[in-house]
Amino acid sequence: MDLNTIGFFVFGAIAVLASLGVIGQRNPMHSVMLLIVSFGALAGLYILLDAPFSAVTQIIIYAGAIMVLFLFVVMLLNAHTEADALPQVIGPRGMQIGAVLSVLLAGEVVWGLSRLGLTWFGNDPATIANISSVSRIGIAIFTTHAFAFEVTSILILVSMVGAVVIARREH
Amino acid sequence: MVSLNHYLVLSGILFSIGTAGVFLRRNLITILLSIEIMLNAVNLTFVAVGRYLGTVDGQIITFFVMTVAAAEAAVGLALVIALFRHRETLSPDAFTLLKW
Repeated sequence: MDLNTIGFFVFGAIAVLASLGVIGQRNPMHSVMLLIVSFGALAGLYILLDAPFSAVTQIIIYAGAIMVLFLFVVMLLNAHTEADALPQVIGPRGMQIGAVLSVLLAGEVVWGLSRLGLTWFGNDPATIANISSVSRIGIAIFTTHAFAFEVTSILILVSMVGAVVIARREH
Repeated sequence: MVSLNHYLVLSGILFSIGTAGVFLRRNLITILLSIEIMLNAVNLTFVAVGRYLGTVDGQIITFFVMTVAAAEAAVGLALVIALFRHRETLSPDAFTLLKW
């Protein structure tokens, strides 16, 4: 077992357990904290995949910005308990079907991928240096993917205006 | 040794956990968190396949997915706040006005 393999199984186990914790917690505050743990484990996996740029943006943008937004809303609404008294529209049978469907999806993915032969990562040092270089990513974003980058800025502007309009108090 | 299949299986498991969260939870904030889990599972696939193909495109798509996730979180949480203001609850079962 080399370091990459140990790292993969450790980070993968942390990510899966933390994600299970997210959907198992009653308190949304604990869910958000566990999701940050899961994101940290995924950042570790990105490092193992020679993608330090993705790992750093994962920590800064996801764990640092988006999760703070979630925490802010959880604290603002102060809704710490899940209402069980409400009549459920789909009922317990519907939820059981949903759980079974999710397990089936996981089983299907694992079954399908286990039937394929194992595909190994290349170990060419030049290729690895190429994909882990932040300047390469920057050049590709601002040349090949420049249009998508500009569209993203419009998307963010629209969502910002939309969030302000939707959350505004009506007079 | 870790192969591409390992990463794809892990990503599939994380995605299934996300779908289970959307199906099973009765709290709008936790449902949004489950959607974030699914987006992250897809990001892991992009980075792993980009590493396999030896290109930076996987990481760039990950970057764009993160941007879309930020926009989605902003609008989704604004909707949650607006809904909470109307009904004083976060249960999706309380919002069935459009249900046929």
